[in-house]
Amino acid sequence: MTLKQISVFLENTKGRLAEVTDLLGREGINLRALTLADTKDFGILRLVVDDPEKALYLLAEAGFTAKVTEVIGIEVEDSPGGLATVLNLLKAEEVNIEYIYSSLETTKKKAVIIFRIEDTEEGLKIISRKGIKTISHF
Amino acid sequence: MVWNKNRESLDREELEGIQLKSLQVLLEKIYSNVPFYRKKFEKAGVKPGDLKSLADLGKFPFTTKDELRDTYPFGLLALPKEEIVEVHTSSGTTGIPVLGAYSRGDIELWSECMARTLAAAGAGPGDIIQNAYGYGLFTGGLGVHYGARKLGLCVIPISAGNTKRQLMVMKDFAATILACTPSYALYMAEAAREEGFDLRELSLKSGIFGAEPWSESMREEIKKALNIKAHDIYGLTEIIGPGVACECENNDGLHIQEDLFYPEIVDPATGEVLPEGKPGELVLTTLTKEGTPLLRYKTRDITYLMREPCPCGRTLTRMHRLLGRTDDMIIIRGVNLFPSQIEQVLLNIEGTLPHYQIIIDRSRAWLDELEVDVEVDSSIFSDETKRLEELRDLISSELKTTLGVQAKVRLVEPKTLARSEGKAKRILDKRQI
Repeated sequence: MTLKQISVFLENTKGRLAEVTDLLGREGINLRALTLADTKDFGILRLVVDDPEKALYLLAEAGFTAKVTEVIGIEVEDSPGGLATVLNLLKAEEVNIEYIYSSLETTKKKAVIIFRIEDTEEGLKIISRKGIKTISHF
Repeated sequence: MVWNKNRESLDREELEGIQLKSLQVLLEKIYSNVPFYRKKFEKAGVKPGDLKSLADLGKFPFTTKDELRDTYPFGLLALPKEEIVEVHTSSGTTGIPVLGAYSRGDIELWSECMARTLAAAGAGPGDIIQNAYGYGLFTGGLGVHYGARKLGLCVIPISAGNTKRQLMVMKDFAATILACTPSYALYMAEAAREEGFDLRELSLKSGIFGAEPWSESMREEIKKALNIKAHDIYGLTEIIGPGVACECENNDGLHIQEDLFYPEIVDPATGEVLPEGKPGELVLTTLTKEGTPLLRYKTRDITYLMREPCPCGRTLTRMHRLLGRTDDMIIIRGVNLFPSQIEQVLLNIEGTLPHYQIIIDRSRAWLDELEVDVEVDSSIFSDETKRLEELRDLISSELKTTLGVQAKVRLVEPKTLARSEGKAKRILDKRQI
């Protein structure tokens, strides 16, 4: 199963990120994970929230270019080497990771790792074959 | 110095006699040799013989840039093709260019125009001219070259670009005259300072600057930075290239080579000839050109004519420094381009239309910079930076291929660009010219 991520296009202007978080906060959307990829001129904000459909609607309404991307979320042990174990499994299968980030909180002594790979479907198959559990929300 | 006193200082009456006679010959010639013009005359119900005075010219049809495109490449030849010895095209690099075809006589005519231009800028035998206009299809390089040869200058045919080499040559050969775009002159002064020397201390004394719009304040900058006299020149490929009009030492309007090109100022919308001194569209008729003579060519340049006598002794009418264009042509680093060309490039790349803006600015180093802002909507948006960077680079390289100038492409958020309030909004020209 996949996790729904919201990706938002942002110009590198002062306060733009705050506008997004303000908007979502005001409307009661809870951020579970986020990362900002930035280049010289623009940035892409990637968010995992508790209500992706509503978040997308709100963002589009406010004039942001935003879309839903299916990414993979997994729980790893919140202990040294937890992530490395998983990544080594993917490396062995030659799965290329486009980007990766982690959640803002840990649950039940586990950390949530979110990543995007080139071929999500194929990646999911490999991951389940390796016995790693994916999550659709957290 | 006046190169051709006989022709440049004619009495008005004498000059008008020459103009009338030349026009009558021209009308006969294009009517019999150019089917395009014969058809136009027939449609307008005029015959070459209808021109009894200069004022009658207003009865004859205009020639437009679109017609030059429609007849590209050789539809307007007034001579057998074997008699054409050289061709040039306009500096716009996309779509159908505009062609100028030169007979041996036309090259001579062009040399004459440019010899007058260079002499008016204070050049003469013994001078060494650094010709930093591009040599090639563009008329700038060869036009200056021919004129300099005729006037008896020594030409350094260095062409455009390669600033380091320009500076070395300027110093080593002790160039006295500089020919290039005004912004490039300032760029070179800046670059020289970085190299640790000062153009003011070299042998340069005068320059002819054209192919892009500039202003009095820029003239002051050039004079200050290079310690030279700075002269504006005017020309267009369709008519002959550079040399149609030039400033003399008084820097107060450009003398039109009126014995060779007949100027009119018309209302761009109605085509009506405007009273003297009123600004409007400059219309030019080539009086003696042989290869591709043009009748009442609408230049799309806006100016007005100054008929008062000039202290330099030339009696040729002056045109004011260009006031603008009747179309939305943009000139970047000497290259002509239209917003529609940029639009076409974007059209060919999925998802990038309709929202874009063109921003033109002149950098601190005096070079024009073109920026194209493209709105990112959900159809082209990706969650991966590399996809967006690829898109940006694709737009950038397509623009470079099409326009011939480098454009900086910036991806911006939707609705940040002004919405369809006419084309003008698409262009933001921040240059202080």
